[in-house]
Amino acid sequence: MQTVKMVVTGPFSSGKTQFIQTVSEIDVVATERKISSESERIKETTTVAMDFGRITVDDDLVLYLFGTPGQKRFDFMWEILSEGMLGFVVMVDSSRPETFREARRILETFRAYAPTPYVVTANKQDLPDAWDPSDMRIALRLAPEVKLLPCVATDKESVKNSLLELLYSILERMDP
Amino acid sequence: MALKGNLRDFSFSQLLNLISLAKKTGTLEVHGLDKDALLSFKGGKLIYAQNSRADNGLGAILARTNKLTDKQYQVIKDRAENIGDKELGLMLINSNYVTQDEILVSLKQEFVSTANDLFTWAEGIFQFENNIKPSPDKISLLISLENIIIEGSRQLQEKERLEDEIPSLDMALRFTENPGTNIRNVNLSVKEWRVVSFINPKNAMRQIARTTKLTEFEFRRIVYSLIQAGLVEIIRPEGSKPSSPKVSTLPVESTDDQKSLVNRLITRIRSL
Ligand SMILES: Nc1nc2c(ncn2[C@@H]2O[C@H](COP(=O)(O)OP(=O)(O)O)[C@@H](O)[C@H]2O)c(=O)[nH]1
Ligand SMILES: [Mg+2]
Repeated sequence: MQTVKMVVTGPFSSGKTQFIQTVSEIDVVATERKISSESERIKETTTVAMDFGRITVDDDLVLYLFGTPGQKRFDFMWEILSEGMLGFVVMVDSSRPETFREARRILETFRAYAPTPYVVTANKQDLPDAWDPSDMRIALRLAPEVKLLPCVATDKESVKNSLLELLYSILERMDP
Repeated sequence: MALKGNLRDFSFSQLLNLISLAKKTGTLEVHGLDKDALLSFKGGKLIYAQNSRADNGLGAILARTNKLTDKQYQVIKDRAENIGDKELGLMLINSNYVTQDEILVSLKQEFVSTANDLFTWAEGIFQFENNIKPSPDKISLLISLENIIIEGSRQLQEKERLEDEIPSLDMALRFTENPGTNIRNVNLSVKEWRVVSFINPKNAMRQIARTTKLTEFEFRRIVYSLIQAGLVEIIRPEGSKPSSPKVSTLPVESTDDQKSLVNRLITRIRSL
């Protein structure tokens, strides 16, 4: 059995879980765990959510989709997750410009880890406050050759399109 | 589509960067806690600005820049209320009170200072409306945004913010090919010029910082202002690309096997 993986990253609430859930054959939020220490008087509960989706391609090939955890404390996981990935998707909530800076930080950090192909999705394009993708391209400082795809993560065709565009970029990399 | 947000989270320098690079034409309104401002742009250049804290008429502006006396201003205020800026300007020029250049310099000073002030607003709801022009009786100018952006970004002092913007010094820089932005028209400091002189796709930022003997903080701030002004962009250093077209992260070795594997993924996802 061969496995390949792709990473879905982006700021908190940009739609990573939704994106993976829309195409995954298993329930995504299965890795949510509560860690609590009973010995402490004030009960501390920490939730670590790491999304994990699966698409079976055929008898001996499986594609895994990993979502990056939301909190900044878990940034160290990015480096671990980015190892061996085929490519990555950076999700951005088009209606929340306050998250663009964080999106840039994530993008720049992943880009520095690996020269892997990636696409950026301008997600939640269905919302009335969504920014125009051409304005987002500048605000996110994307070079002209980087694909910025309008996306609605609840819509299967839209998610499929984003993954396909990423795979086309990977193919192009093989045929320079 | 909407171009709105809050300066608290989408900074004024980012906003000017966007307006400049997208060569936008229209009017930006900003509503702060106790003040408002309005700026108009044409093709990504500032043409007009006013704020709610002062009289924005030409008479008042000329008085503020000492081109008219307080008394002259008072007369204009009392008696020329219905006269637009363009008409008033012509009358003052024709009667030799001020020259055309003095008017233009005063207006430029006023517009730039209104823009500069916005860098200090901790918050403010902004909205950009395409194609809305300043009212026709106002005199408009054409001011490039690069210098305003560089000047404003120089004031950024937050270390964490700069590290967010430029997380890895292992990346390199190159000059952008934005038509209309020209580094020679920008007023750079000596330190900024030193950094500029080492920009090359082969030089990692870390090397440039070391060579120019700047602290990482100073270096990041300079790079940040050059990026915001649309003059440079971050790239992977040249020579760091894998020489073989193979994708090392695939479980199969040969290019043909890799292509066939990616094609299987494509076929599967299309069928979902
Ligand atoms: N309208 C709309 N809502 C979306 C879209 N994608 C995600 N959401 C919603 O945005 C919220 C955050 O999404 P989630 O996937 O949990 O974000 P995450 O933090 O990145 O995993 C949820 O309420 C989603 O249902 C979209 O394309 N359009
Ligand atoms: Mg999530």
